[in-house]
Amino acid sequence: MPDQITMQVARYRPEQEDAPTFDEYDVPLRKDWAVLDGLNYIKDELDGTLSYRWSCRMGICGSCGATVNGEPKLTCATFLTDYAPGPVRVEPLANFPIIRDLVVELTDFMTKLGKVRPWIIRDEEQPVEEGEYLQTPAELEEYKQFSMCINCMLCYSACPVYGLDPKFLGPAAIALAQRYNLDSRDDGGHERLTILSQPEGVWGCTYVGECSRACPKGVDPAGAIQRYKLTAATAAVKALLMPWSQR
Amino acid sequence: MSASHDVVIVGGGGAGLRAAIAVAETDPSLSVAVVSKVYPMRSHTVSAEGGAAGAIRSDDSLDEHAYDTVSGGDWLCDQDAVGAFVAEAPRELLRLEHWGCPWSREADGHIAVRPFGGMKKMRTWFAADKTGFHLLHTLFQTSLKYPSIARYDEWHVTRLLVDEGRVCGVVALELMSGRVEAIMGKAVILATGGCGRIFPFTTNAAIKTGDGMALAYWAGAPLKDMEFVQYHPTGLPFTGILITEAARSEGGWLVNKDGYRYLQDYNLGTPSPKPVFRSMELGPRDRLSQAFVHEVEKGRTIDSPYGPVVHLDLRHLGAKVIDTKLPFVRELCHKYENIDPVHELVPVRPVVHYMMGGVHTDIHGATGVAGLYAAGEVACVSINGANRLGSNSLPELLVFGARAGQAAAQYAVDAAPPPAAAEAQAADEQRRLERELLGRAAGRERMSTIRTQMQSTMEEAAGIYRDGDTLAKAADKLRELRERAASATIDDVSRTFNTELTAALELTGMIDLAESMVHSALHREESRGAHQRTDFPARDDERFLAHSMAYREPDGSPRIEHMPVTITRWPPGERVYGK
Amino acid sequence: MSAPPYARLYKPKVRLLWWLSRRSYTLFVLRELSSVFVAWTVVYLLLLVRAVARGPAEYQRFLDWSASPWLVALNVLSLAFVLLHAITFMNLTPQAMVLHVRGRRIPGRLLAGSIYATWLLVSAFLVWLVVG
Repeated sequence: MPDQITMQVARYRPEQEDAPTFDEYDVPLRKDWAVLDGLNYIKDELDGTLSYRWSCRMGICGSCGATVNGEPKLTCATFLTDYAPGPVRVEPLANFPIIRDLVVELTDFMTKLGKVRPWIIRDEEQPVEEGEYLQTPAELEEYKQFSMCINCMLCYSACPVYGLDPKFLGPAAIALAQRYNLDSRDDGGHERLTILSQPEGVWGCTYVGECSRACPKGVDPAGAIQRYKLTAATAAVKALLMPWSQR
Repeated sequence: MSASHDVVIVGGGGAGLRAAIAVAETDPSLSVAVVSKVYPMRSHTVSAEGGAAGAIRSDDSLDEHAYDTVSGGDWLCDQDAVGAFVAEAPRELLRLEHWGCPWSREADGHIAVRPFGGMKKMRTWFAADKTGFHLLHTLFQTSLKYPSIARYDEWHVTRLLVDEGRVCGVVALELMSGRVEAIMGKAVILATGGCGRIFPFTTNAAIKTGDGMALAYWAGAPLKDMEFVQYHPTGLPFTGILITEAARSEGGWLVNKDGYRYLQDYNLGTPSPKPVFRSMELGPRDRLSQAFVHEVEKGRTIDSPYGPVVHLDLRHLGAKVIDTKLPFVRELCHKYENIDPVHELVPVRPVVHYMMGGVHTDIHGATGVAGLYAAGEVACVSINGANRLGSNSLPELLVFGARAGQAAAQYAVDAAPPPAAAEAQAADEQRRLERELLGRAAGRERMSTIRTQMQSTMEEAAGIYRDGDTLAKAADKLRELRERAASATIDDVSRTFNTELTAALELTGMIDLAESMVHSALHREESRGAHQRTDFPARDDERFLAHSMAYREPDGSPRIEHMPVTITRWPPGERVYGK
Repeated sequence: MSAPPYARLYKPKVRLLWWLSRRSYTLFVLRELSSVFVAWTVVYLLLLVRAVARGPAEYQRFLDWSASPWLVALNVLSLAFVLLHAITFMNLTPQAMVLHVRGRRIPGRLLAGSIYATWLLVSAFLVWLVVG
């Protein structure tokens, strides 16, 4: 194994340039090193001006998303040796505006997350003194997968619909809505129906399936969206045939 | 132009978000700001794995939880605070459940609990082995429903605004644009977590640089018990990634190079096939980490490219238990060590994990400075004393986050608005930051050099075992590093997302905190919990049944005083494990 | 109070041929395109039915027309696209439908397998009808 690998890293310095460029760096190629370790080496030893997000380095905080050799990845969870002999091309996550170097702008997702009302909505709140809402392990399984989302945005980066139409609600937001819809303690399904069944909601999805492929946590947002299409369609038919059952 | 709120919370993790919700629920007319240098769901709460303790079983009691905590903390815990903590913990955890936290359940739908280190009964609630992740996301998503909570995402607080002994808000740098603004507040709550990044091997994320502790220290609030640094016995070598204590509470064993369960040699009980409360692998973290050091001295550890390790043996648990109760552990071992714990031994070593010490607060979260509150790992109430029990930290975030939120809300209702003079301080801060930004492109050395030297100094002097000489030398070295840090290079002169500037600010804070740790350790001439002095190997309750209080002198060095521990129920006794 | 914010976001433009950059994107676009060919197959079948209804002479004219090389090519292409359409649809169905039997979830492969089996059975029956 050679002891070095070249990293081609996208740079964008808004005070200096109008569009991103690439800088090349040679970093040590160690078998334990993730792409993130390479970036840290660059910043610590070669070029302190490189900006990127990272925190937990164990694939749970969702900060370090980037496009590595064309694929959306967490830089802490993908290893330099996977790309040997290189070069490794590191760019910001696709489909997002770029603030600086590898840092993209995420306020769109933060807004959309709020819109799907991602909290427990109950018809009747039970005081804490009366103990827990009972939930069997089987009921927990129903939504557990969708609760694993770390908000890393790799799915938005992989989704061609989001790339073409930024108004699309997007995989993670819909998966998180489903996480609550399918939680046995939640009664808020009809409240979320409006936002989810809009054209930019689930109906914007054309089931490309790339989001589930990119997801590092196995959330399967594509599945969440298609399941909700069924739910939304059924609700629409019910509303048509039995308008008196509307809440 | 500056913003103004009633309560300003620095830090958006478990404690910060719980405090924000507490303010919003106490008085919805108060405006509360959460100012975080990262998006809240990136906060380090997210990495917690094992669980959160709350006494709910019929065979358990609040007294037992309290006693386990006090003895686990080697009697340095303030017992009135512990009493309040254990009483409120179950209610807070239930509140989280009502907000949607996916706690693991028994077959009948009730909350499930598991055993944990240092606890006599099963009382640790858990959400598989991603408890912190689920807790944080539940809190964050729930916080979105309160319109009175305003968020400042990716704003780095650089200084507290203090006027005539009263906190009036913060000065913060917006990462995206580089602008520096004052965010005025009648009350400020610090919830910025600990500072594991002062050490070279840590479970902590990059963001754990003790920013809030430094802010309080510079504003005149004392830091308490800084010498008490917890080493978690099972971190992965090289990365330091946490392998949760739950692996041991589900039945995992720690073995040395001979396959021998070595903990039996260290007064921690005798080995049995199933885990026994407060015994062997379920002993307290400080004792387990100390045992590792002795094994290294005896030459019974395994050599790895990253130093000596021992092995965590989970093979006898079987794939079904591991996939149900420890799926994240399996994933981490596979990804970062290329090992499947179902079939292979996992290499582990003690790594820095938690700071028992922090900003001194009372049981309501109030610090020594009017209007300033603190909660979570940044604070030291103290409920953890000289050594924290696993699964006490997550409920601590909730209990004291809520208390600090309520106290700050009450204070803000009665307090006068901050004086205009305080806002002017923000202009000074902005000028200081611009000097930092523009004046150091041709600095004398790289920041990473100083940071690495600080980390190795701390590992050597303030590790699991300490002695007076090494500590004294470290104090000198840190003073030297403090001076060198002021002229280290900052290549990046951009105003847009300048992470080198924020790294420089963090490094300055860390060196100050490291100094407070070393000086506190030097002045504590005894061994207690996680602070072990080879030159003072016994516990000395006569002189040191007291908290260390570090105050910052005008020349930047720490002044150490002592404050007695609050003893209410349990006079200091012997810590007995394994019986 | 401070210098005006200096951030200038760079908004990347989506290229016209974005779908050629990844194999999975290309496959997706072809899958979407296949709907056109599915529609043509329906039209063609309707024309066949109409020809049969109008008697043997009309039917023969239809067969002659169908034998022209460009129509054969079109229909071969359509068959390929219809197969693509059907296979991708059958593969994706288990992701969208979660069925429970006695509290346990039916594994995706079983669901997909049973859809394929049904398809093959119906196709075999139709072949037997036509040929046998």
